[in-house]
Amino acid sequence: MSLEEKVKEIIAEQLGVEKEKITPEAKFIEDLGADSLDVVELIMAFEEEFGIEIPDEDAEKMQTVGDVMAYLKEKVGG
Amino acid sequence: MEIRLDEKVSLITGSTRGIGKAIAEKLASAGSSVIITGTSGERAKAVAEEISKKYSVKTLGVEMNLLEEESINKAFEEIYSQFKGIDILVNNAGITRDKLFLRMNLQDWEEVLKVNLTGTFIVTQNAIKKMIKQRWGRVINISSVVGFTGNIGQANYSTTKAGLTGFTKSLAKELAPRNILVNAVAPGFIETDMTAVLSEDIKQKYKEQIPLGRFGSPEEVANVVLFLCSDLASYITGETIHVNGGMF
Repeated sequence: MSLEEKVKEIIAEQLGVEKEKITPEAKFIEDLGADSLDVVELIMAFEEEFGIEIPDEDAEKMQTVGDVMAYLKEKVGG
Repeated sequence: MEIRLDEKVSLITGSTRGIGKAIAEKLASAGSSVIITGTSGERAKAVAEEISKKYSVKTLGVEMNLLEEESINKAFEEIYSQFKGIDILVNNAGITRDKLFLRMNLQDWEEVLKVNLTGTFIVTQNAIKKMIKQRWGRVINISSVVGFTGNIGQANYSTTKAGLTGFTKSLAKELAPRNILVNAVAPGFIETDMTAVLSEDIKQKYKEQIPLGRFGSPEEVANVVLFLCSDLASYITGETIHVNGGMF
């Protein structure tokens, strides 16, 4: 599974949204209905899945699905 | 109305004796699986077996020393190998190192803070990470009347019990969206090993301050914990219930 697919899957499972809604522009809170706890859980799920640590200052900048994809690609490649 | 907790998994820290054990028995009597922890793994296993036989519920006894993060994490590894998550967490484990403030050394202070506050933090975080996904949970912190009144010789202990009030209220706010209710129970003087060390003189003095005129029993505290775990308490969070015979 590509990194992109894996990320989409995690987001879909965590937020209970359909994969079609998970576009690069989609904002977690405004468009995908996440609350602040969901965002924290998402970050923790990414950390666990990819075996990395995402510092708070980086996490704060990740507001859209695209932000996360770009960040993870840079961190873990793929 | 009978309270039933079938299908629930409850973790009670410091539950090999005293109030913790009474809480474990009470929750088991309502049908909950219970996880017993203590600084002695052997004793925890023995109590777990005793409760399992008495109430026909699944139990697990594990060693957990709240002074050591490693011991807590190891205990959770074992817990999660047997249970998929925890529904009810009762933070009961606590220690005292009573001394008049002028004679209290830094170790007396730090150990009590480490067990009663930092240990509780680490345990709760381990439990919440999974509880949050279940969209149902109860966290009950066992505080103490001295966290509200202060007490001679207990500057360290009373500080930690007052601290638990802030912890309880903050967690209640953070976890409410996940249907996790966080409350505290503040016992007064209860007949346990912790109060057994008091001299008859002191006990008599304390009794004179208690309007009901006697020490409470561990079961009288456990009853309130059971209530907070039940659906009867579904709109209560961030609250402390005092179980102290009217003393303030």
